[in-house]
Amino acid sequence: MSATPPAGPVLPQPVLSRPTSRETLRADVAALLADGHRMLVVVAENAPDAVRLGYVLARPAGGPHGSRGAGDAGESRVELTLEVSTADAWVPTIADLSYPGGRFEREIRDLFGVEPRDHPLPRRLVRHAHWPRAWHPLLGRRSAQTDVVPDFGEDLSAFPFLEVGGDGVYEIPVGPVHAGLIEPGHFRFSVVGETIVRMKARLWYLHRGVERLFEGRTPDDGVVLAERISGDTAVGHTLAYALACEEALGLVVPQRDRLVRALLLELERMHNHAADLGMILNDVAFGLANVHLQRVRENLLRLNESVTGHRLLRGGVRVGGADVVALPDVGLVRAAAADVAEVVRLALEHPMVLDRLVATAVLGREDALRMGVLGYVARASGVDVDARRDHPFADPAALPGGPPEPVVDDEGDVLARFTVRAREVEASARFVVAASEVLAGAGSGAPTPPDPVAPHASPGGAVDGTTRGLGVVEAWRGLLCHRVTVGADGRLLRVKVVDPSFMNWPALPVALADTIVPDFPLANKSFNQSYAGNDL
Amino acid sequence: MSGDVAGELRVVLAVVLQTVVVVAAAPLLVGVLRQVRARWEGRVGQGLLQPWRDLVKLARKEPLQASGSTVVAWVAPVVVLGSGLLLAALVPTVTTAGPARLPADLFVVVSVLLVGTVALGLLGLDAGSAFGGMGSSRHLTIAALVEPTVLLAVYALSVPVGSTALGPIVEGRLADPGRVVAPAGVLAVVALAIAVIAETARIPVDNPSTHLELTMVHEAMVLESSGRDLAAVELGSWLRLSVLLALVANLVVPWGVATAGEGGPGLTALAVGVVAVVVKTAASGVVLATAEVFMAKLRLFRVPELLTGSFVLAFLAVTGSYVIG
Repeated sequence: MSATPPAGPVLPQPVLSRPTSRETLRADVAALLADGHRMLVVVAENAPDAVRLGYVLARPAGGPHGSRGAGDAGESRVELTLEVSTADAWVPTIADLSYPGGRFEREIRDLFGVEPRDHPLPRRLVRHAHWPRAWHPLLGRRSAQTDVVPDFGEDLSAFPFLEVGGDGVYEIPVGPVHAGLIEPGHFRFSVVGETIVRMKARLWYLHRGVERLFEGRTPDDGVVLAERISGDTAVGHTLAYALACEEALGLVVPQRDRLVRALLLELERMHNHAADLGMILNDVAFGLANVHLQRVRENLLRLNESVTGHRLLRGGVRVGGADVVALPDVGLVRAAAADVAEVVRLALEHPMVLDRLVATAVLGREDALRMGVLGYVARASGVDVDARRDHPFADPAALPGGPPEPVVDDEGDVLARFTVRAREVEASARFVVAASEVLAGAGSGAPTPPDPVAPHASPGGAVDGTTRGLGVVEAWRGLLCHRVTVGADGRLLRVKVVDPSFMNWPALPVALADTIVPDFPLANKSFNQSYAGNDL
Repeated sequence: MSGDVAGELRVVLAVVLQTVVVVAAAPLLVGVLRQVRARWEGRVGQGLLQPWRDLVKLARKEPLQASGSTVVAWVAPVVVLGSGLLLAALVPTVTTAGPARLPADLFVVVSVLLVGTVALGLLGLDAGSAFGGMGSSRHLTIAALVEPTVLLAVYALSVPVGSTALGPIVEGRLADPGRVVAPAGVLAVVALAIAVIAETARIPVDNPSTHLELTMVHEAMVLESSGRDLAAVELGSWLRLSVLLALVANLVVPWGVATAGEGGPGLTALAVGVVAVVVKTAASGVVLATAEVFMAKLRLFRVPELLTGSFVLAFLAVTGSYVIG
């Protein structure tokens, strides 16, 4: 770590690495959480005869949530590191301190075989029951052996879930194969009459070993993979990946490219929000609004193609910078935003549509906070989290008009999630227009001078020459982060991907309490979490 | 005596003609509904003939039945289709004439309707799948609220005529057009129209074009049917939709329908009747589909409120027809 702090703000904020031990882990995590940090990711990676665990926590730039303005301690990113030998692989659980932390522990137990001791819910998370019992797919450095797919057995334990007893309670199993173009997920409803008593989701049908596939690639080669983690979040995942690689490699991104990245991120938000707003309305059988919003989406996809050469904005972000073929046509962006606003206004003036959205599938603020929910789901429940402001990758003063302001609502129902996203389209469009104008004015030929920031020494820089980096981005679904480890040979040793869906999926059953079965598709669509980004 | 026989034969032939016309037109009506929606949504649409093509395709296919399904799985589609055909014969669409021995009485019609409803409900339950059961439960809940409305509404219409048969009710409105705009008549027709929308699983009660299993009513019950069985259930359901829509159209605009007259309806009258009912039903289909485009689906628990409203209208219609005629 550099001895003297650099003059300007170092953005993105580097991660401070601190060793901890099994004895001190819980106290250290508790102290950081009390200091306004949130759990971003718990990452495990292979060390010789050991598994290295990194508990990455971060505090937002404006102070902890809820006390914004009162004593801004500045952004902070901390990693607590801990090595456990594979022969004695266990850690004390932090599930009672942090709900997402407990979920990461279960993921690591499945993939690396590190046992979280005294975990309140010690069930399998990622590995379905037909996966071999002692096989942990990410344990050990990647080799010909680890690439062999083992024999999958019978799904003996089937699907353990809490059976609800009592008169008139029945179960509805749905999926994993659905009608229509929906990703695979199995949902088990316990229902009385039409009211959902309990819903259990079983995901992880799409486990493709994405994190393993990164291993051994060069950081530049990883970009194509990052773009394909979750097709609808190409920019979000690639940007988080690039930021993490840049921190690990000590690269500084020019100011102009940072602005281009911020612009691409908002373009991605616009096309996804437009499509989802339409599909929410389609689920209440208001198909007319849907076809118009899908038309807007198609226009935006074509606009994307003119910007990066790909309809889903692939090819824009690379490690060390960002490229565009052309700047977006601001007229088209304004028109798309105006169309979305008009269709949304018409829909919300429709009493029958409004009646379906109001008070459906309410996620309370307390629940959202405790579960560590992210993105528009959190903001619709009154939790003001937005990585664009909390964990910036570009100097906010250098962005035209600052980063798009977070849109917060506190009702927590489908309507709140709907309107938050509708208003985010407006904010994103304003930002895209302003950024395009700044970029056009800057002249595309002349390179803008890099930030007055020295490349920071990599926090994870160890004797063996490995370096580490963290990328945090507010993708359209919410805060998304990648944790990257680069070996001495410049190849990727480990890439840990956290899609916001990993944090948000558990909130869906909570929001469904007292919701009726026919409203489930609507509630699910208003969350619209990624299966691919979650299952990896 | 021989004249009576000839007259009765003509009536029977007229009823057969009416049934054939309704069967031929029912899939076309569904085509109209889908096409109108497509055009409103800026799509090209599948064309009017697609439902017919689907039927022909399905009819050629061997039905597969879910394991654990019983005799109900193949009887119920036949009953649904049978009740649809019977409705097509009984309800005055092309002609108000009906064979004397087969009374198109209000209670008979509602019972035939109910037989189809129950058969569909049993079909949903038969395979034992959660979706089917859910669909049947919702379908029968709605049916229980709809049938009394249909009874009451038609009863209100029958008061001024003094007969509960549908043929004379339509003829009565033709003979005395004042009844069409009489307050009691209007209330009854509106109540009936709402009941028809619920009974035939249209928006805002059900969404016929959804793929979301958890929200389905009608579609959930037929999920397990395939091939010929599915063709029978679909045609049966479309027949109900067409017949009920044509009945409402004939009550609102009775002109053109072929009346029984002396010795059965004549050929010209029948030809006019066919054209008239096709035009009227197609027009009401366009109105229905257009209304659906600008409506959303009600929350399931609001459906009883809508149906209670229509029951109240029907009840007011009955009261009104005694008080103001």
